[in-house]
Amino acid sequence: MLEIRSLNAWYGESHVLHDLDMDVPEGKVVSLLGRNGAGKTTTMRTLMGLMDRTTGRINYGGSDLLKLRPDRIARKGLALCPEDRGIFPSLTVTENLFLPPVIAEGGMPIEHIYELFPNIKERGSSRGTDLSGGEQQMLAIARILRTGARFLLLDEPTEGLAPVIVQQISRTLAEIKERGYTVLLVEQKAHFVDGIADVHYLIENGSIVDRLESAEFHANIDRVDKLLGV
Amino acid sequence: MFDINVNLILGQMVLGMVNGVFYAILSLGVAIIFGLLGVINFAHGVFFMLGAFVAYGLLQFFGLGYWPALILVPMIVGALGIVLEVLLIRHLYRLEHLYGLLLTLGMALAIEGFVRIVFGPQGLPYSMPDNLRGAVNLGFMFLPYYRAWVVVAGVILCFATWYVIEQTPLGAKLRAATDNPKLVQAFGINVPVMLTLTYGAGVALAGFAGVMAAPILSVDPSMGTNIVIIAFAVVVIGGMGSILGAILTGFGLGILEGFTKAIYSEASSTVIFVVMVIVLVTRPRGLFGKVG
Repeated sequence: MLEIRSLNAWYGESHVLHDLDMDVPEGKVVSLLGRNGAGKTTTMRTLMGLMDRTTGRINYGGSDLLKLRPDRIARKGLALCPEDRGIFPSLTVTENLFLPPVIAEGGMPIEHIYELFPNIKERGSSRGTDLSGGEQQMLAIARILRTGARFLLLDEPTEGLAPVIVQQISRTLAEIKERGYTVLLVEQKAHFVDGIADVHYLIENGSIVDRLESAEFHANIDRVDKLLGV
Repeated sequence: MFDINVNLILGQMVLGMVNGVFYAILSLGVAIIFGLLGVINFAHGVFFMLGAFVAYGLLQFFGLGYWPALILVPMIVGALGIVLEVLLIRHLYRLEHLYGLLLTLGMALAIEGFVRIVFGPQGLPYSMPDNLRGAVNLGFMFLPYYRAWVVVAGVILCFATWYVIEQTPLGAKLRAATDNPKLVQAFGINVPVMLTLTYGAGVALAGFAGVMAAPILSVDPSMGTNIVIIAFAVVVIGGMGSILGAILTGFGLGILEGFTKAIYSEASSTVIFVVMVIVLVTRPRGLFGKVG
């Protein structure tokens, strides 16, 4: 279980997260829904130790993640798939795929990754940024699946992608969930997370404004859409 | 004004390759450090000078000659670089490049001044290894074995470094950290340690070049001052951050300098900077630099 308690974060003088509380149970998929600028990506960055100024606590595996460097956090089993996909332009597709070190046993075997994302194998020697947006997203997800990390932070994995690619990502997420990974899924599309996530948190202006179990999410989807500005 | 003599030109171009080796190794280190750390390492010439002085000291005080020095000196100079990175340089990573330039310039002046106080301003002799004395007749010139060794060793070192950076998983980590160090660290890679070791490796290269230069140049405190200016010109011409650009430009400019020395020696020390001006005006990203 990852517990976020009274989390505050700042960009310079700008106070972005306000006393945020959240729980992400082990083996569950939890969505964090909100508009642009609501604080979703900042929450992800804070979890990975990428914010300079924070207060509060993030309990995970017996440690307060706010006190750890990003590489130490990664070594505890958290892996980030960033919003901009984080594909390195100076690396080939294969180099991007093998960049994160294996931090624990039990990562997805490379053969299975290539089965899931055949384009990654076919275009292994291309520059990472020569891939299409969808292929880059596949690469960004595949990259963290092979490390053995069990807690995945996926920041808007469907942003800007064609419906057919979104469907493929949805299938991949279903498999990830079936394999028992813990996932924190940041999204702006309520319909995408409906049926995937076990718990939904709604964030607005850097604060959690609602928490819905999956069973009650569908009934409230109009309200969620309104909050998301859809 | 121009005195065309083919043998002289070929001879000077071959000798120019020797200078090219030093330009290539030094600019390689400058390019690696700038590319990964974003630090314009003006102290690089001083580490070259220290390489020569440490080799001199190992010989004078411990009786260790050229070949042990070639292995020990890069380790000693690299270790000094690591200490300086931890104590001073790492505090500037978040600041503009200008601050790094000013700090390393100050470090260079302080270290050079210290060496001048201890060893004096005059040049000190360092003899070449006995097994590399003599010369080979190339037909158009007698090439000293030692200079031939410098060229061969320099080429191997440069391309081995290029191979590590461009073709190995370790190099992929270094290149990725150049693009986005925070994300690389979030993948579980200890980037601060990687930066420290990179700085150490970069200055170790300069130390290695200093040992190789000791038997050719006189070992004196100012020997790094001029060459670091040329190394920066090489990096600018090759393209900031381009490893292959630094290597090929280093060798190319050494040969061009030799060629100029043969046909119009007065311009030989200027030609590199003329090329730099032309490249900056016509192709600001350098000959091998990437767009953007």
